[in-house]
Amino acid sequence: MDFDLSEEQRLLKESIDGLLKASYDFDQRKKYGAEKGGWSKTVWGKLAEQGLLGLPFSEDDGGFGAGAVETMIVMEALGRALVLEPFLATVVLGGGFLRRGGSAAQKEAYIPGIIDGSKTLAFAQLEKNSRYDLGDVSTTAKKKGDGWVIDGEKYVVLNGETADTLIVTARTKGQQTDRNGIGVFLVPRDVKGVSVNGYPTQDGMHAADITFTGVEVGADAAIGDPDNGLPLIEQVVDDARIALCAEAVGAMEESLKITVEYLKTRKQFGVPIGSFQTLQHRAADMFVNLEQARSMAMLATMASDFDDAKERATSVAAAKVQIGKSLKFVGQQSIQLHGGIGMTMEASIGHYFKRLSIIESTFGDTDYHLSRVSAAGGLI
Amino acid sequence: MDLSLTKEEQAFRDEVRAFFRDNVPPAIKKKLQENRHTTKQDMVDWTRILHKKGWAVAHWPKEWGGTGWTPVQQYIFNEELQATPAPAPLPFGVNMVGPVIYTFGSEAQKKHYLPRIADLTDWWCQGFSEPGSGSDLASLKTKAERKGDKYIVNGQKTWTTLAQHADWIFCLVRTDPAAKKQQGISFLLIDMKSKGITVRPIITIEGGHEVNEVFFDDVEVPVENLVGEENKGWDYAKFLLGNERTNIARVGASKERIRRIKELAASVQSGGKPVLEDQKFREKLAAVEIELKALELTQMRVVANEGKHGKGKPDPASSILKIKGSEIQQSTTELLMDVIGPFAAPYDVHGDDGSNETMDWTAQIAPTYFNYRKVSIYGGSNEIQRNIITKAVLGL
Ligand SMILES: Cc1cc2nc3c(=O)[nH]c(=O)nc-3n(C[C@H](O)[C@H](O)[C@H](O)COP(=O)(O)OP(=O)(O)OC[C@H]3O[C@@H](n4cnc5c(N)ncnc54)[C@H](O)[C@@H]3O)c2cc1C
Repeated sequence: MDFDLSEEQRLLKESIDGLLKASYDFDQRKKYGAEKGGWSKTVWGKLAEQGLLGLPFSEDDGGFGAGAVETMIVMEALGRALVLEPFLATVVLGGGFLRRGGSAAQKEAYIPGIIDGSKTLAFAQLEKNSRYDLGDVSTTAKKKGDGWVIDGEKYVVLNGETADTLIVTARTKGQQTDRNGIGVFLVPRDVKGVSVNGYPTQDGMHAADITFTGVEVGADAAIGDPDNGLPLIEQVVDDARIALCAEAVGAMEESLKITVEYLKTRKQFGVPIGSFQTLQHRAADMFVNLEQARSMAMLATMASDFDDAKERATSVAAAKVQIGKSLKFVGQQSIQLHGGIGMTMEASIGHYFKRLSIIESTFGDTDYHLSRVSAAGGLI
Repeated sequence: MDLSLTKEEQAFRDEVRAFFRDNVPPAIKKKLQENRHTTKQDMVDWTRILHKKGWAVAHWPKEWGGTGWTPVQQYIFNEELQATPAPAPLPFGVNMVGPVIYTFGSEAQKKHYLPRIADLTDWWCQGFSEPGSGSDLASLKTKAERKGDKYIVNGQKTWTTLAQHADWIFCLVRTDPAAKKQQGISFLLIDMKSKGITVRPIITIEGGHEVNEVFFDDVEVPVENLVGEENKGWDYAKFLLGNERTNIARVGASKERIRRIKELAASVQSGGKPVLEDQKFREKLAAVEIELKALELTQMRVVANEGKHGKGKPDPASSILKIKGSEIQQSTTELLMDVIGPFAAPYDVHGDDGSNETMDWTAQIAPTYFNYRKVSIYGGSNEIQRNIITKAVLGL
């Protein structure tokens, strides 16, 4: 058993921490958020320069062949700095589909653009009534000649406003909730019939509701088996959940740090408020929650390469439950211990709380994943 | 022991309920249901409706426009108002400075200010907290120096709710810097149009503008704007804060919220059935309802006690109302987050400025969840309430 980072992993952590320290303080973040699409091309370029956007891709595809631990390291760092750039949408989700399910030609067509930072992606999955069920798909992909015609509506597509390419789940056959008959399609965002309504999200990121009306794509648009894409979708969305767990750990770690610092400096009744035992214990409980979350984020990270898809899914769901519970406590108490200051847009702490809250309901909330773990018969 | 309302009280409840049902402007009601901000004009319109009925300052003494209702009737009125939902009369005037003025103010102050509070001619705001003085309010530094027939006020207040609309602010100011903390504080009424006052907005985490910083730079205040005696302001403030706490449980508002949660949960699908039919969700909801029922009864016990022993010292048990009332309100905002799940994320850029009539009902759910973290912070934080219970009730 070994919980330590390797020398190379330590260097990776130092390099991304260094980059974000230099270019991602709270004021800089505000500026990036005001740029078109809600993130900074310059920062994205820097991430590319340091090779971070190529981490998980194989060396054959021009990447670094790094594993889940490296993604965890990056996501934690992004969480600590509340990074707005579309790493999750592009590298973890978009890249995940290509890397795990793409043909040689698709990899060649898309992965270099991800790695060099010139192209971003978005995953269009959520529908009005699908909620967290990945197998609930009403958007359709109908065969036309060699290619496909896509019709349907997708919601809250992270980075949907700026992505060059959308990865869309659509039903090729069967009923709305059949496990079979779901395909995954690459659709350029600017093609005829794609209508994008972008907006900021509560946590300062950007997303879009997207309508597909008679959108025609070629035979080469389908990633993997167009009639049996769900296992791939489940695996890549698990990748995203794992990444979100790590991001939440980073955001919680920073929230606790900021809060403890505040407890030491804010004075009331002539003493630092950190001298009140009730607040000390609350901070201690935040720490307990953080570390429990960290442990489960590690489990999820390890699970990413489990051979048994069921075991993987249950471990990831369990991690998302622990993270969901922890982030609620840490997020809420961070605000509470700050008092009025915690309620302001000006203070960074509220932005951590908001990001954490949205992570909770991304790709399944605590209750949803708890049901999955319980349906699987638990963990022990 | 009898936990139900008497026949007369029930009849009273029905009367009040019918009045709210028929008289709250639908647009205002909808805003409250969706947790959007009402405008200043909404508040004025509604206050005038209540005022015409004679219910705008129901709990005040009769000579100043009150109703003479019993504490139970008063309680029923508040519950029904919140449950409708209808806007509560602006608390800074009606519940805070009004009672201070009719209890401790001069005849001239009563005659001038009270009628203007009752019909919302004057919008009041509360200038107590300062950047360095929140929980430790008595450490406040804003000072007022007597110069002839004026006080010269310098300093800063903060977190001042709706100061952007205010005509007047009531402030705690330090008039005797040599005296010990709580002594040396006075209660001043200050015209917001005075020269030297600057109001700066504070935007809260969800993007709303409900609080402000208020700066005082050599502001001249006539001495007749002092309430009661100089250096006795702390006593008046304690009286005021005691009144604040009995209104803070918001049981009626939480009931209304629970009904709305049920309605919305029935309309949102999860796994092919409405969220309301999800076992886990139902149990979470039921658990909050049980807590709310317990709080309702606890509140009625506090009210009944007040009826027996008369007003006066606030019951330290009212800290229970603050703690539980705020926790339950926060729980209802969490339940709504559960209801909409992934649709919590979109942020309506047009914001909730009152003109945004097309705002989707889902748009205010996350902002309200974020914003309601305030309810365990203001009005004496929940930690401070627990300190009160441990000291005043448990004697620890
Ligand atoms: C939305 C909003 C509206 C408001 N409106 C008004 C208004 O209109 N007028 C006005 O005057 N004020 C208003 N306030 C101010 C409010 O009353 C204060 O925020 C509150 O008193 C807490 O003070 P603080 O923010 O300085 O926090 P602090 O007092 O600095 O508290 C920080 C943390 O320390 C804890 N703490 C402090 N002392 C102790 C202790 N002795 N033991 C244990 N824990 C302790 C607190 O509970 C809190 O968790 C408003 C606040 C908010 C958030």
